Order: sequence, then structure tokens, then C-alpha cells
Amino acid sequence: MKMRLGLAALLVVALLLACTTNSYALRVGTMTALTMILAVSWNFMGGMVGYPSFATAAFFGFGAYASAILQMKGVPMALAWVAGGASAAVLAGLLGAALLHVRGHYFAIATLVVAEVLRELTNSFEGLTGGGIGLNLRLDTWSIIDSARLYYVCMVAVAALAVVVQIMVANSKTGVAFRCIRQNEMAADMIGVNAAHYKRVAYALSAVFVGMAGGVYASWIKYLEPPDAFDLFISIKPIAIVLLGGAGTIVGPIVGSFAWMAFEEIVWRNFLTVHAAALGTLIVLVVLFLPNGIVSLWRKKRVVARRSAPQAPARGARGAGPATEEAS
Amino acid sequence: VIYAQIVLNGLILGGMYTCIAVGFSLIWGVLNIINVLHGTFIIAGAFVSLVAYERWGIHPFVSALFAGALLFVVGYLLQRVLINRVLTASVLMTLTLTFGIDLILNNGLILAFSADYRKLNLANPLGNLDLAGITVSLDRLIAMALALLLTGVLAWLLKYSKMGRAIVAVRMDREAASLMGIDINAVNAVAFGIGALMAGAAGSLLSSIYPFSPLTSTQFLLKAFVVCVMGGLGGVGGALAGGIALGLLESVSGLFLSPEYALTFSFLILLLLIMFRPTGIMGKKGFE
Repeated sequence: MKMRLGLAALLVVALLLACTTNSYALRVGTMTALTMILAVSWNFMGGMVGYPSFATAAFFGFGAYASAILQMKGVPMALAWVAGGASAAVLAGLLGAALLHVRGHYFAIATLVVAEVLRELTNSFEGLTGGGIGLNLRLDTWSIIDSARLYYVCMVAVAALAVVVQIMVANSKTGVAFRCIRQNEMAADMIGVNAAHYKRVAYALSAVFVGMAGGVYASWIKYLEPPDAFDLFISIKPIAIVLLGGAGTIVGPIVGSFAWMAFEEIVWRNFLTVHAAALGTLIVLVVLFLPNGIVSLWRKKRVVARRSAPQAPARGARGAGPATEEAS
Repeated sequence: VIYAQIVLNGLILGGMYTCIAVGFSLIWGVLNIINVLHGTFIIAGAFVSLVAYERWGIHPFVSALFAGALLFVVGYLLQRVLINRVLTASVLMTLTLTFGIDLILNNGLILAFSADYRKLNLANPLGNLDLAGITVSLDRLIAMALALLLTGVLAWLLKYSKMGRAIVAVRMDREAASLMGIDINAVNAVAFGIGALMAGAAGSLLSSIYPFSPLTSTQFLLKAFVVCVMGGLGGVGGALAGGIALGLLESVSGLFLSPEYALTFSFLILLLLIMFRPTGIMGKKGFE
């Protein structure tokens, strides 16, 4: 309950920020919301079900291009965004049917390759996608600051929607099924959890908001090109963020997104040439010393205070797995 | 004649791919991790040769040894100090950790050498060999021969040296191997070092054939992965089969499709293989 009140307060603050005329603040705000959508979405598949998917960039680029092309054909903006989300979810469903029976490294790399293939295809279908030249969208008729505000609010709305759906799923039968699959897929199958079905659901959920965000992004930036829309970093970033915040939890990806954006803004501004190395160092430190994320710091303390005894380390036979929801 | 030429080009390409993939396959098989660093190791090897040639005029066929030795040390230390800590953790953790280290090393290479494309231009190339209408660059032919020789040496060591037998034992069954008195940590570190060595040596051999830049490391990494999936994780034989198959596939598909699609084509093949036959062409059960 406390968490929900906190999230609601956060949403109110975020919407109040839309009144500002500082376009830098609006840009950082929009980027933060976008980052959060990616992280929360990845958490469906990577955190809750425990399948390491690297296809976020594929969903993002696919949704962005679908939405941008529809908009150029005269479809209203909001409708195009929804279509972007839907098309990404369909792509995820198809991919899920084809790939979700493989596990571990093979699944990870197969999903990674999907974005590469889509990028090359986008490059080659010049008639539809503009190829390597990219795709330009028409400029808005309203003022620059107003459009910055509009896209900020829309991005925040999609992020809020993603978080709300995640909370609902986590507390539903579907959420229980997801966690069963993560802990032991074979056992889950044996006791009657239709693992194949739930994995596809999780994959579609992890794509739909990313696709919508891609649509909003395309309308906001007004320019799409394949290396940008299918950038490998779009796949990597949410993983690092969710690990940073705490995988499998609701709050983890949200906390992680803020921490990441703060870190990124500081590093971009001050140490541009070692930007990648700084991110790499952060990732290495998180994996080695904080494998259950920022959330685990707070949680461990609370448990210790309650039981006045140290919590049993989470490093069992499967090693430092993601923090479980039930740990609290 | 054009077909013979294409097949020969494919074989040369395949030899290089084998050398790239064999180290990657070794690390994957023994440590059960995907080493995202592999691409950067290759580029690092290429830069070692570039510097050695431009500063001291050492031929890349010679400096490949230095590059391999240097990267062995780098790989050994990285495994001992960092990667060993998460070896028993989930796939996601090991993958993310090596990715993080890769960002750091790759950024280091960009700072040291810039992101420009470079190529080692030999001052006096050995020229071309003419074989009944088929032309081959001698430098390429020798590079391929050396790559295959190196792979052969590795296969021999795995088969006949004590450490090699220990590595194979760990690849087959980690627990059983440790019960037989094998020092798993030492084997892991040496296997990772050898993987890095093969990558470095392959990079040196490639440096005079293909242009390279720190930014191309991902391409080499994905190629190594494609070869491993095609050949299966059955050891050196699998890497050889996968490497030759990919080399032939790329050069033959270049005849029908324009060469820019070669990479996409091999990725599509990879996706299909993962879907339908994840153990690879030569794959043995138990390595998936």
C-alpha cells in the first residue's frame, strides 16, 4: 500500500513537471520515462519469468517504424502509437512461438540477432522505410515548448500504464505462474502451469509498451534511422537498469531508471570520451557486489531489523539469482 | 572456374572463422559462459600486430605469437579476478558481467587507437598465386594455413597434454572432474586464457586482410557465435565444421545475393538453426 501511494505521488510530481518551460528538464523527463518503460517492460520477461531477452531494441524499432509509417499515411498520432504497440506485441508473439522453447545462451543470442536482422531488413526496404536515409515525419503545427510538453506527458502516461499493468500482473494468477516458471519451469509444467502459454504472454507484455514508446519517440524526435531505432544499447540498457534496481520486483526497475538517468546525465556531461567505460564499470560493480539490486539494500536492512538476525544469503545452488518478490 | 574460385575463397574465409570460433567455443564449453569479450580480444590482437609492424616492422605472422601470449595473460587474469566470481550464477549474470568488461576494454581501445578503420598494409606482399585460372593472394593463403595450424596445435594439446585432458574432462562433467582431483579454478582460468590467446592470434592474422576498428568487434563476436551454433559445441571439430560451413555459405551466397546481405543471411541461418537444431551440424547430445 505504501508503495502504491509512493508511486501515485511520483506520478503527480511528474505531471506537475509538465508546467515547466525549461525544455532541458522536459527532455530529461521524457528520456527518463522512456527508459523506465524499457526497464519495466523487460522486467516482465527477464525479471519475473527469468528468460534473458535481448530483443527490446527489436520491439522498440519495430513499434517506432510501424507507428511512423502509419502516421505518414495519415493515421492520427494517438492511433498510430497504439498500432505501434500492437504490432510489437504481435512480433513478440511470433518470436515467442518460434524461440521460447530454447533456453539460456541460445535464447539470449537468438533474441539479440532478431534486432540485427530487423535493422538490415529496414535498411533494404527503402520504399517503405526510407532505408539508410531514414524517415522524416512532418513537424508539429504548435509551438516547440508545447510539443515538448505534449510528448513528455504522453511518455509519462505510457510509463504509468506499464507500471500499473505490471502491478496488476504481479498480483494475479498470471504473476504466480510467471514466478513458478522462473523458479523451476519443469516443475511448473508438471503441476499444470501452461508454461508455453505464459511465456508467450510475458513476451507480448514485454513488447507492447516498448512498441508504444517507440511510436511516441518517433513522433517526438521526428526522425528515424535504422542504426538509431534498432540500437544494441536499447536492448542492453533495460537489463543493466533492472539488475541495478532489483530484478523481479515492482520498485526495482523504477528506482533503477532514476539512478541510471542520474548517472548517465552526469557522465555524459563530464566524461564524454569514457562514457561507455563508466557504464561498463557500473555494470561490473552491480553484478559483482549488488546482484539483487538497490532494492535489496533496503530490504535486507528491514529484515535484519525485524528478526535481529542476518538474512540467509540468497546465493543458493543457482547462485546470485534475481531477488524474489516473496523475500519481503 | 568461377565456382572453384568461390569455393576456394570460402575455404580461406572458413579457416579464419574456425580460428575465431575455436577459442569462443572452448570458453563456452568449459566455463559455460558466452564470452562477449571475444570480439574485443580479436581487435586487440589486430592492434598488437599493427603497432608491432608500424613501430618495429615485425611481420603479423610473427607478432601473432606475441598477441596470443599477451591476450593469454589478460584472459587468465580477467577470469581469475572477475569472471570466476559469477561462474555459478545465472546466464544473465555472466552475460551482463562480460558485457560490462567489454564496454570498458572497448572504450580503452577507442581511446588508445581511435574508432577509425585501420588496416595493416604490408610493404612487400607476397603477391598472387595462379592456379589454372584461380587466383589466390599468397598472404591470405598463409594466414589461413597458420590459423588452421594453430587450431590443430590446440586440438593436439587438448588430446595429449595433461592440462588438455583436464580441460576436456571439465567440459564433459564439472562435478565428476573435480571429484577426480582436477583443480577446476585452474582449468577455468587456463581455458579462458587459451580462448583469449586464440582470439588474439586470429586478430593478428586478420589484421592484414580485413580493415578493423574497435567498433567492428561485435561483428566478430556474432560470427563466432554463428559458427558455434552451426558446428555445435563439440570441441575443435565442431568449430572447424561450422567455420568452413559459414565461410562457404557466405561466399556462395555472395554470388546470388549482393554481398551486403551476407551477414543478414548468416543471421537468418542462425535463427533457423536455433529454432530447429540447437545442437548444430556436428553437435553431440549434452552440449546444448
